[in-house]
Amino acid sequence: MQQTLAASAAPSLPTGERRKASSFGDKLFEWLCRGAGILVLLTLGAIIVTLFIGALPAFERYGLPFIWSTEWNPVEDHREAYGGAVAIFGTIVSAILAIVFAVPIAFGIAFYLTELAPSWLKRPVGTAIELLAAVPSIIYGMWGLFVVVPFVQMNIQLTFGEALAALPLIGFIFETTNFAGTSLFTASLVLAIMILPFIAATMRDVFEQVPPVYKESAYGVGATRWEVVSGVVIPYTRISVVGGIMLGLGRALGETMAVTFVIGNANRMPASIFDASTTIASVVAMEFPESLAGSLKQSALFALGFLLFVISFVVLAASRWLLRSRLK
Amino acid sequence: MSSTTLGTGRIQSAPAKDMVTARALGRRRKFKDNLVRWLCIGATAVGLFFLASIMVTLLWRGLAAMDLTIFTTEFRPTRYGDDSLPKGGLIHAILGSILQVAIGTAIGTPIGLLVGTYLAEYARNSMMGNAVRFVSDILLSAPSILIGLFIYQLVVLPMGGFSGIAGALALAIIVIPVVVRTTEDMLQLIPNTLREAVIGLGAPKWKMITLVCYKAALSGIVTGILLAVARIAGETAPLLLTSFGNNITSFDLSKAMASLPIAIYQQANSGFPDLIAIAWSGALLITVGVLAINIMARVLLRSKI
Amino acid sequence: MSMTEQQAGTTSEGASFGGVQARSTVAINATSRISVRNLDFFYGSGDTKALKGINLELPDRQVTGMIGPSGCGKSTLLRVLNRMYSLYPGQRAVGEVIMDGRNMLDADVDLNELRAKVGMVFQKPTPFPMTIHDNIAFGVRLHEKLSKSEMDERVEWALSRAAIWGEVKDRLHTSALGLSGGQQQRLCIARTIAVRPEVILFDEPTSALDPISTLKIEELIDELKRDFTICIVTHNMQQAARCADQVAFFYLGELVEVAPAAQMFTAPREKRTQEYITGRFG
Repeated sequence: MQQTLAASAAPSLPTGERRKASSFGDKLFEWLCRGAGILVLLTLGAIIVTLFIGALPAFERYGLPFIWSTEWNPVEDHREAYGGAVAIFGTIVSAILAIVFAVPIAFGIAFYLTELAPSWLKRPVGTAIELLAAVPSIIYGMWGLFVVVPFVQMNIQLTFGEALAALPLIGFIFETTNFAGTSLFTASLVLAIMILPFIAATMRDVFEQVPPVYKESAYGVGATRWEVVSGVVIPYTRISVVGGIMLGLGRALGETMAVTFVIGNANRMPASIFDASTTIASVVAMEFPESLAGSLKQSALFALGFLLFVISFVVLAASRWLLRSRLK
Repeated sequence: MSSTTLGTGRIQSAPAKDMVTARALGRRRKFKDNLVRWLCIGATAVGLFFLASIMVTLLWRGLAAMDLTIFTTEFRPTRYGDDSLPKGGLIHAILGSILQVAIGTAIGTPIGLLVGTYLAEYARNSMMGNAVRFVSDILLSAPSILIGLFIYQLVVLPMGGFSGIAGALALAIIVIPVVVRTTEDMLQLIPNTLREAVIGLGAPKWKMITLVCYKAALSGIVTGILLAVARIAGETAPLLLTSFGNNITSFDLSKAMASLPIAIYQQANSGFPDLIAIAWSGALLITVGVLAINIMARVLLRSKI
Repeated sequence: MSMTEQQAGTTSEGASFGGVQARSTVAINATSRISVRNLDFFYGSGDTKALKGINLELPDRQVTGMIGPSGCGKSTLLRVLNRMYSLYPGQRAVGEVIMDGRNMLDADVDLNELRAKVGMVFQKPTPFPMTIHDNIAFGVRLHEKLSKSEMDERVEWALSRAAIWGEVKDRLHTSALGLSGGQQQRLCIARTIAVRPEVILFDEPTSALDPISTLKIEELIDELKRDFTICIVTHNMQQAARCADQVAFFYLGELVEVAPAAQMFTAPREKRTQEYITGRFG
């Protein structure tokens, strides 16, 4: 081919040998990329396997009842016993309470940012909410301990506590002898504040994806903003909104530092939301570093970790599935 | 407005509008709209209030003990109110954090970059690609303390103790999915015509990706790396189970290593006011650092788009 | 084939089309650079053919214009000639594209070498996110090992041939993204010819440009055919009349008619061609 080029080209055309191409670089790079992808799959697999191996002694010792046993006694040798019920209960209740507190406010923020805010305010307020999401969880924990805990103690428990406890039927939820301020309720509150920006940002993104023509046609028949949102935006985005809430739930379930500071870390079944309690993540953070390698206690903590993994995997997978239309 | 204003060609079968009912309904609808509007403004105010409260608390308490000794001195035990004793600092933790974050980012970034490339350039719609994307998204939101347990089992136990390298590895695992997500998103934004133009010159695919696509997506990819750094700089839980913390400056990756979040955690829970004050200074440092990196990442992304 | 038709010499009166002189009434008597034989093209696994039994010769150092309504297959054919379609799994071509005695559709053809021989300029300018100099050097480096001075020479040569050297010679080391649309497109042409291809494919190269830039590109194409075999897809029939020596009309995946430009626009043989060029459809 060099021949024909040289023969036919005008004198202005430079000549010279072309390098012979090799496909080695292409194959190598593709395999590097694929290898990295496989590494990610292996990492998740390895996490499941190592957690399970660590948990095996505890699972063998206690079997399925580990999940509903409330015993946690690492101190006395002859009565040493471990059960996960308290931590599992604390994890689920605190996360669900956090969602209950956070969702209405997150919805309000998302609605404000998409429909109500004047355009000059949208960006700064949106950025502020996103920055709230970037604050490390340990900061939430410290802030919770030094600001929220005294607030709950003084302004909620000491003022409304007795009135709430006197309520018929549901009063027992609020009845407690723990007035330290660190409690399941405080943990839920701090968790709620922490996941609030995540849920609000997801909802805002989802709301913004509603094609303007839908909203315009509703405004066109004279609907108010609230009627447009409740009648058009929410029905249109329902599934993604639930997905966003699940994403927040996933974060709340696995959060460690924000909870550890404010939940009181008591491995007793709480009778009231104002009682101290614990969660899986926080019991692992508190007790794992001081447990002996290979001990039954360590294995029990691995077992809790394994259960946390299963719970959050289910929640996160569900959230991803619900958000799949948004992700595409 | 009555419907007669529509003109002479009024449709005969149209029922007359009951204006009294319409006005009453309109008032109620407007009231409801206003109520919701104020509730939403209230919700946004509450959200902003939390951010303000956190920032004010951090500044107020963090600046109280902030001085040069924070950056020059290692951990010192509590002074029990005796101010003649030397004040402690956080330099051991700052250096430890920087080292572990740097190594974690250095390990996690190339892997995340390759995975993101795989998803965007090689496996857009394949089964394998979907599986990797799903798993990466799970890792992105998985409880970070579980990463700590994983590395404990994988590295700490075989090595016979807590170590800086274990901490860095745990952070690397957190970096990977963050970089994967932004890399894939940014590569997806590159128009196919640019890819074809490179291929059309006779470039092999790997040169197209490394020499042109990465360049075109550079600001986005750097944003992803910055966000990953911001994320791991504040991570506490996984370090608790891997590098554990240390009261002295150490660069020995095979030994326990201090880090800012762990130092904050330990001193905040010590119960001694002077140590708690130092913890607040550390908290202020870390938050300012993380938020600054975040804002940098945003500015970088915005300036390019 | 219509190209065997001989029109001796240059007539002083070019055939007129739409107020434009169809510039070529020159005989299409050159040897063929690329021969397309019995080409079928499929976009997916189904049986729908995007191209049906195409036979076409691209004469050496002449301009072949491809016209036809949207979706007629003209761009598809262009993307077969440098096998751009191979980027997309599922797309396949059946038949022969003969160049230098080889079927370029064979599985063992080195695609990078093929694309170095058959360059392509796209609809929208596609400057790479790097300096003007590096844009040109990028393609050259893929195929040749040049010293710095040789490379500078090559860059200057390519930019001069693309008639943009004068406008950029003082800013070679600034980003190519800062150029205007027309300049970017000429840069892309320079980038393509810097690799020293034998054939250059233009896929509607001026559809994103203003009239003045369009004119410059057309003049450039005219100049380039001295050294390169050129194939241009266009929506604009006047452009085809101005630039092309030979014109091919495509309709619904079929090659309806090939003829010298002058004949195509004055006396098309096929009824469908006539309807299209007189604006009855498309």
